[in-house]
Amino acid sequence: MIGLRHLPGAGQGQMLYSGRIHVTLKSGVLDPQGDTVARSLLALGYDQVKQVRIGKYLQVGLEAEGQEEARAALEEMCRQLLANPVIEQYEIEVVPA
Amino acid sequence: MVVFPGSNCDADVLHVVQQVLGQEGRFVWHREEDLSGFDCVVLPGGFSYGDYLRPGAIARFSPVMRAVTAFAAAGGLVLGICNGFQVLLEAGLLPGAMLVNDSVQFRCLETWLRVENAATPFTVACRPGQVLRVPVAHHEGNYYADPATLAELEAQAQVVLRYVNQNGEETPEANPNGSARNIAGIINRYGNVLGLMPHPERCAEPILGNTDGRYLWNSLLSWVQQGGGRVV
Repeated sequence: MIGLRHLPGAGQGQMLYSGRIHVTLKSGVLDPQGDTVARSLLALGYDQVKQVRIGKYLQVGLEAEGQEEARAALEEMCRQLLANPVIEQYEIEVVPA
Repeated sequence: MVVFPGSNCDADVLHVVQQVLGQEGRFVWHREEDLSGFDCVVLPGGFSYGDYLRPGAIARFSPVMRAVTAFAAAGGLVLGICNGFQVLLEAGLLPGAMLVNDSVQFRCLETWLRVENAATPFTVACRPGQVLRVPVAHHEGNYYADPATLAELEAQAQVVLRYVNQNGEETPEANPNGSARNIAGIINRYGNVLGLMPHPERCAEPILGNTDGRYLWNSLLSWVQQGGGRVV
Protein backbone atom coordinates (compact mmCIF):
# COMPACT_ATOMS: atom_id res chain seq x y z
CA MET A 1 0.00 0.00 0.00
CA ILE A 2 1.13 3.53 -0.70
CA GLY A 3 0.44 5.78 2.23
CA LEU A 4 0.01 9.48 1.59
CA ARG A 5 3.28 10.19 3.34
CA HIS A 6 5.12 8.09 0.79
CA LEU A 7 3.91 10.08 -2.18
CA PRO A 8 6.58 12.16 -3.87
CA GLY A 9 6.07 15.90 -3.88
CA ALA A 10 3.96 17.42 -6.62
CA GLY A 11 5.62 17.68 -10.04
CA GLN A 12 5.87 20.79 -12.21
CA GLY A 13 2.47 22.45 -12.51
CA GLN A 14 0.90 19.68 -10.46
CA MET A 15 -0.99 20.01 -7.23
CA LEU A 16 -1.60 17.40 -4.59
CA TYR A 17 -5.22 16.61 -3.92
CA SER A 18 -7.06 14.38 -1.55
CA GLY A 19 -10.06 12.56 -2.93
CA ARG A 20 -12.62 11.57 -0.32
CA ILE A 21 -14.83 8.85 -1.68
CA HIS A 22 -17.90 7.27 -0.16
CA VAL A 23 -18.98 3.99 -1.73
CA THR A 24 -22.43 2.82 -0.62
CA LEU A 25 -24.95 0.24 -1.69
CA LYS A 26 -27.59 1.67 -4.01
CA SER A 27 -30.90 2.36 -2.35
CA GLY A 28 -33.07 -0.71 -2.79
CA VAL A 29 -30.12 -3.09 -2.59
CA LEU A 30 -30.32 -5.17 0.58
CA ASP A 31 -27.66 -4.33 3.19
CA PRO A 32 -27.56 -7.28 5.63
CA GLN A 33 -24.79 -5.70 7.70
CA GLY A 34 -26.62 -2.39 8.00
CA ASP A 35 -29.84 -4.19 8.98
CA THR A 36 -27.99 -6.13 11.69
CA VAL A 37 -26.43 -2.98 13.10
CA ALA A 38 -29.83 -1.25 13.03
CA ARG A 39 -31.33 -4.12 15.05
CA SER A 40 -28.47 -3.83 17.56
CA LEU A 41 -29.06 -0.11 17.96
CA LEU A 42 -32.78 -0.73 18.53
CA ALA A 43 -31.89 -3.42 21.09
CA LEU A 44 -29.77 -0.81 22.89
CA GLY A 45 -32.83 1.39 23.17
CA TYR A 46 -32.22 3.81 20.31
CA ASP A 47 -35.85 3.68 19.25
CA GLN A 48 -35.42 6.65 16.91
CA VAL A 49 -33.24 4.61 14.50
CA LYS A 50 -35.05 3.89 11.25
CA GLN A 51 -32.29 2.59 9.04
CA VAL A 52 -28.54 1.93 8.89
CA ARG A 53 -26.62 1.63 5.62
CA ILE A 54 -22.98 0.59 5.73
CA GLY A 55 -20.49 1.69 3.10
CA LYS A 56 -16.81 2.34 2.55
CA TYR A 57 -14.79 5.51 2.89
CA LEU A 58 -11.66 5.79 0.77
CA GLN A 59 -9.06 8.53 0.78
CA VAL A 60 -7.07 8.76 -2.42
CA GLY A 61 -4.08 11.08 -2.54
CA LEU A 62 -3.31 12.09 -6.11
CA GLU A 63 -1.55 14.62 -8.31
CA ALA A 64 -3.45 16.68 -10.85
CA GLU A 65 -3.23 20.03 -12.62
CA GLY A 66 -6.46 21.18 -11.07
CA GLN A 67 -9.43 20.16 -9.02
CA GLU A 68 -11.53 19.20 -12.05
CA GLU A 69 -8.81 16.97 -13.44
CA ALA A 70 -8.47 15.29 -10.05
CA ARG A 71 -12.21 14.70 -9.93
CA ALA A 72 -12.29 13.26 -13.44
CA ALA A 73 -9.51 10.83 -12.56
CA LEU A 74 -11.29 9.77 -9.38
CA GLU A 75 -14.55 9.27 -11.31
CA GLU A 76 -12.74 6.93 -13.66
CA MET A 77 -11.19 5.02 -10.74
CA CYS A 78 -14.62 4.59 -9.17
CA ARG A 79 -16.13 3.32 -12.41
CA GLN A 80 -13.30 0.92 -13.11
CA LEU A 81 -12.47 -0.49 -9.69
CA LEU A 82 -13.54 1.27 -6.52
CA ALA A 83 -17.29 0.71 -6.90
CA ASN A 84 -19.29 -2.07 -8.51
CA PRO A 85 -21.96 -0.26 -10.56
CA VAL A 86 -24.33 -3.23 -10.31
CA ILE A 87 -24.84 -2.73 -6.58
CA GLU A 88 -22.96 0.38 -5.48
CA GLN A 89 -22.99 4.15 -5.92
CA TYR A 90 -20.27 6.65 -5.05
CA GLU A 91 -19.78 10.25 -4.00
CA ILE A 92 -16.53 12.09 -4.56
CA GLU A 93 -15.21 15.14 -2.74
CA VAL A 94 -11.90 16.71 -3.80
CA VAL A 95 -9.87 18.95 -1.50
CA PRO A 96 -6.31 20.30 -1.75
CA ALA A 97 -4.01 17.95 0.19
CA MET B 1 -6.81 -24.19 -12.77
CA VAL B 2 -6.11 -20.51 -12.50
CA VAL B 3 -4.27 -19.64 -9.30
CA PHE B 4 -4.58 -16.15 -7.85
CA PRO B 5 -2.73 -15.11 -4.71
CA GLY B 6 -5.21 -16.30 -2.07
CA SER B 7 -6.87 -19.07 -4.06
CA ASN B 8 -7.20 -22.10 -1.80
CA CYS B 9 -9.33 -24.66 -3.64
CA ASP B 10 -7.00 -24.91 -6.65
CA ALA B 11 -5.29 -28.09 -5.43
CA ASP B 12 -8.66 -29.74 -4.70
CA VAL B 13 -9.84 -29.08 -8.25
CA LEU B 14 -6.57 -30.30 -9.77
CA HIS B 15 -6.85 -33.46 -7.63
CA VAL B 16 -10.33 -34.15 -8.97
CA VAL B 17 -9.28 -33.53 -12.58
CA GLN B 18 -6.15 -35.69 -12.37
CA GLN B 19 -6.89 -38.39 -9.81
CA VAL B 20 -10.66 -38.74 -10.02
CA LEU B 21 -11.34 -37.98 -13.68
CA GLY B 22 -7.94 -39.20 -14.93
CA GLN B 23 -7.44 -36.12 -17.10
CA GLU B 24 -4.56 -33.76 -17.70
CA GLY B 25 -4.58 -30.48 -15.88
CA ARG B 26 -2.22 -27.91 -14.50
CA PHE B 27 -2.08 -24.74 -12.44
CA VAL B 28 -2.01 -21.45 -14.35
CA TRP B 29 -0.49 -18.62 -12.30
CA HIS B 30 -2.34 -15.31 -12.41
CA ARG B 31 0.53 -13.68 -14.34
CA GLU B 32 0.30 -16.12 -17.24
CA GLU B 33 -1.42 -14.89 -20.39
CA ASP B 34 -1.62 -17.95 -22.62
CA LEU B 35 -4.45 -20.45 -22.28
CA SER B 36 -4.04 -22.13 -25.65
CA GLY B 37 -4.46 -25.90 -25.60
CA PHE B 38 -6.94 -26.03 -22.73
CA ASP B 39 -10.46 -27.45 -23.08
CA CYS B 40 -11.64 -25.83 -19.88
CA VAL B 41 -10.42 -23.15 -17.50
CA VAL B 42 -11.44 -23.32 -13.84
CA LEU B 43 -11.37 -20.31 -11.54
CA PRO B 44 -11.23 -21.95 -8.12
CA GLY B 45 -12.51 -20.95 -4.72
CA GLY B 46 -10.57 -19.06 -2.09
CA PHE B 47 -9.90 -15.46 -1.22
CA SER B 48 -8.09 -13.94 -4.19
CA TYR B 49 -6.15 -10.86 -3.12
CA GLY B 50 -7.57 -11.26 0.37
CA ASP B 51 -11.04 -10.31 -0.93
CA TYR B 52 -9.83 -6.71 -0.54
CA LEU B 53 -12.32 -4.05 -1.65
CA ARG B 54 -14.83 -6.70 -2.87
CA PRO B 55 -14.39 -10.41 -3.56
CA GLY B 56 -12.98 -10.75 -7.06
CA ALA B 57 -12.56 -7.01 -7.60
CA ILE B 58 -8.76 -7.06 -7.75
CA ALA B 59 -8.42 -10.51 -9.34
CA ARG B 60 -10.36 -9.41 -12.40
CA PHE B 61 -7.45 -7.14 -13.38
CA SER B 62 -4.91 -9.98 -13.25
CA PRO B 63 -3.08 -10.56 -16.54
CA VAL B 64 -4.61 -14.03 -16.76
CA MET B 65 -8.13 -12.57 -16.79
CA ARG B 66 -7.48 -10.98 -20.19
CA ALA B 67 -6.66 -14.46 -21.41
CA VAL B 68 -9.72 -15.94 -19.70
CA THR B 69 -11.95 -13.31 -21.33
CA ALA B 70 -10.47 -14.07 -24.76
CA PHE B 71 -10.73 -17.82 -24.09
CA ALA B 72 -14.41 -17.43 -23.19
CA ALA B 73 -15.10 -15.19 -26.20
CA ALA B 74 -13.65 -17.92 -28.42
CA GLY B 75 -16.12 -20.40 -26.92
CA GLY B 76 -13.80 -22.08 -24.42
CA LEU B 77 -15.40 -23.57 -21.32
CA VAL B 78 -14.94 -21.51 -18.16
CA LEU B 79 -16.06 -22.72 -14.75
CA GLY B 80 -15.97 -20.36 -11.76
CA ILE B 81 -16.45 -21.94 -8.34
CA CYS B 82 -17.23 -19.77 -5.30
CA ASN B 83 -14.58 -17.03 -5.40
CA GLY B 84 -14.16 -17.94 -9.07
CA PHE B 85 -17.85 -17.10 -9.60
CA GLN B 86 -17.29 -13.77 -7.83
CA VAL B 87 -14.36 -13.03 -10.16
CA LEU B 88 -16.50 -13.82 -13.24
CA LEU B 89 -19.17 -11.39 -11.99
CA GLU B 90 -16.64 -8.64 -11.33
CA ALA B 91 -15.10 -9.24 -14.74
CA GLY B 92 -18.50 -8.90 -16.40
CA LEU B 93 -18.33 -12.41 -17.89
CA LEU B 94 -21.54 -13.14 -16.00
CA PRO B 95 -24.26 -10.62 -15.07
CA GLY B 96 -25.06 -9.47 -11.53
CA ALA B 97 -23.08 -9.12 -8.32
CA MET B 98 -22.67 -10.70 -4.90
CA LEU B 99 -23.85 -9.20 -1.64
CA VAL B 100 -22.96 -10.30 1.87
CA ASN B 101 -25.04 -13.32 2.96
CA ASP B 102 -28.37 -12.23 4.43
CA SER B 103 -27.37 -13.93 7.70
CA VAL B 104 -24.17 -11.81 7.71
CA GLN B 105 -22.42 -15.09 8.58
CA PHE B 106 -19.86 -17.15 6.74
CA ARG B 107 -22.00 -20.16 5.83
CA CYS B 108 -20.25 -23.52 5.57
CA LEU B 109 -22.84 -26.25 5.15
CA GLU B 110 -24.45 -28.83 2.88
CA THR B 111 -26.91 -27.52 0.34
CA TRP B 112 -29.20 -29.22 -2.11
CA LEU B 113 -29.24 -27.99 -5.68
CA ARG B 114 -31.86 -28.56 -8.33
CA VAL B 115 -30.59 -28.83 -11.89
CA GLU B 116 -32.71 -26.29 -13.77
CA ASN B 117 -30.97 -26.66 -17.11
CA ALA B 118 -29.47 -30.04 -17.95
CA ALA B 119 -28.47 -29.06 -21.48
CA THR B 120 -25.28 -27.17 -20.60
CA PRO B 121 -21.72 -28.54 -20.92
CA PHE B 122 -21.58 -28.55 -17.12
CA THR B 123 -24.84 -30.46 -16.49
CA VAL B 124 -25.42 -32.84 -19.43
CA ALA B 125 -24.84 -35.88 -17.20
CA CYS B 126 -27.69 -34.76 -14.91
CA ARG B 127 -31.40 -35.34 -15.24
CA PRO B 128 -33.49 -32.17 -15.55
CA GLY B 129 -34.73 -31.41 -12.04
CA GLN B 130 -32.21 -33.75 -10.42
CA VAL B 131 -31.31 -32.77 -6.86
CA LEU B 132 -27.61 -32.78 -5.95
CA ARG B 133 -26.10 -32.46 -2.49
CA VAL B 134 -23.12 -30.07 -2.69
CA PRO B 135 -21.50 -28.04 0.12
CA VAL B 136 -21.12 -24.26 0.21
CA ALA B 137 -18.60 -22.16 2.16
CA HIS B 138 -18.77 -18.41 1.66
CA HIS B 139 -19.56 -15.01 3.13
CA GLU B 140 -20.62 -13.21 -0.07
CA GLY B 141 -22.91 -15.55 -1.98
CA ASN B 142 -26.08 -13.52 -1.92
CA TYR B 143 -26.62 -13.19 -5.66
CA TYR B 144 -28.09 -9.88 -6.78
CA ALA B 145 -29.22 -8.64 -10.17
CA ASP B 146 -31.79 -6.04 -11.14
CA PRO B 147 -35.30 -7.33 -12.00
CA ALA B 148 -34.74 -7.03 -15.76
CA THR B 149 -31.54 -9.09 -15.58
CA LEU B 150 -33.22 -11.74 -13.41
CA ALA B 151 -36.12 -11.99 -15.85
CA GLU B 152 -33.68 -12.33 -18.74
CA LEU B 153 -31.73 -15.07 -16.90
CA GLU B 154 -34.92 -17.03 -16.26
CA ALA B 155 -36.24 -16.55 -19.81
CA GLN B 156 -33.00 -17.79 -21.36
CA ALA B 157 -32.71 -20.76 -18.95
CA GLN B 158 -29.45 -19.30 -17.66
CA VAL B 159 -30.28 -20.19 -14.06
CA VAL B 160 -28.62 -23.62 -14.05
CA LEU B 161 -28.66 -24.48 -10.34
CA ARG B 162 -31.05 -23.39 -7.60
CA TYR B 163 -30.95 -23.98 -3.85
CA VAL B 164 -33.76 -26.33 -2.81
CA ASN B 165 -34.54 -28.57 0.15
CA GLN B 166 -33.91 -32.34 0.10
CA ASN B 167 -37.25 -32.86 -1.62
CA GLY B 168 -36.30 -30.51 -4.42
CA GLU B 169 -38.58 -27.71 -3.25
CA GLU B 170 -37.48 -24.10 -3.54
CA THR B 171 -37.93 -22.68 -0.04
CA PRO B 172 -36.42 -19.71 1.84
CA GLU B 173 -34.96 -22.14 4.41
CA ALA B 174 -33.07 -24.00 1.68
CA ASN B 175 -31.38 -20.78 0.61
CA PRO B 176 -28.08 -20.45 2.55
CA ASN B 177 -27.36 -16.82 1.68
CA GLY B 178 -30.48 -14.94 0.62
CA SER B 179 -29.60 -15.26 -3.06
CA ALA B 180 -32.20 -13.83 -5.45
CA ARG B 181 -34.62 -16.54 -6.58
CA ASN B 182 -32.51 -19.14 -4.74
CA ILE B 183 -29.90 -18.87 -7.47
CA ALA B 184 -26.82 -21.05 -6.87
CA GLY B 185 -25.34 -21.07 -10.36
CA ILE B 186 -25.81 -19.19 -13.64
CA ILE B 187 -24.44 -19.56 -17.14
CA ASN B 188 -23.74 -16.90 -19.76
CA ARG B 189 -25.90 -16.37 -22.82
CA TYR B 190 -23.63 -18.50 -25.02
CA GLY B 191 -23.63 -21.40 -22.58
CA ASN B 192 -19.88 -21.75 -22.07
CA VAL B 193 -19.23 -19.79 -18.86
CA LEU B 194 -20.74 -21.15 -15.64
CA GLY B 195 -20.42 -19.68 -12.16
CA LEU B 196 -21.64 -21.41 -9.01
CA MET B 197 -21.15 -20.84 -5.30
CA PRO B 198 -21.23 -24.52 -4.16
CA HIS B 199 -18.07 -26.63 -4.34
CA PRO B 200 -18.42 -29.72 -6.59
CA GLU B 201 -14.73 -30.54 -6.02
CA ARG B 202 -15.51 -31.23 -2.34
CA CYS B 203 -17.94 -34.05 -3.09
CA ALA B 204 -16.49 -36.07 -5.91
CA GLU B 205 -15.15 -39.18 -4.15
CA PRO B 206 -16.67 -41.93 -1.95
CA ILE B 207 -14.03 -41.31 0.74
CA LEU B 208 -15.55 -37.85 1.22
CA GLY B 209 -18.96 -39.39 1.81
CA ASN B 210 -20.60 -37.72 -1.16
CA THR B 211 -20.08 -38.11 -4.87
CA ASP B 212 -22.85 -35.85 -6.19
CA GLY B 213 -20.25 -33.39 -7.50
CA ARG B 214 -19.27 -36.05 -10.01
CA TYR B 215 -22.42 -35.34 -12.01
CA LEU B 216 -21.04 -31.92 -12.85
CA TRP B 217 -17.47 -33.12 -13.47
CA ASN B 218 -18.75 -36.05 -15.58
CA SER B 219 -20.86 -33.63 -17.60
CA LEU B 220 -17.82 -31.52 -18.36
CA LEU B 221 -15.77 -34.57 -19.24
CA SER B 222 -18.34 -36.10 -21.57
CA TRP B 223 -18.96 -32.74 -23.26
CA VAL B 224 -15.27 -32.29 -23.98
CA GLN B 225 -14.82 -35.88 -25.09
CA GLN B 226 -17.78 -35.69 -27.45
CA GLY B 227 -16.44 -33.02 -29.70
CA GLY B 228 -14.26 -30.62 -27.85
CA GLY B 229 -15.10 -27.83 -25.50
CA ARG B 230 -16.10 -25.16 -28.00
CA VAL B 231 -19.69 -24.05 -27.64
CA VAL B 232 -19.93 -21.11 -30.03
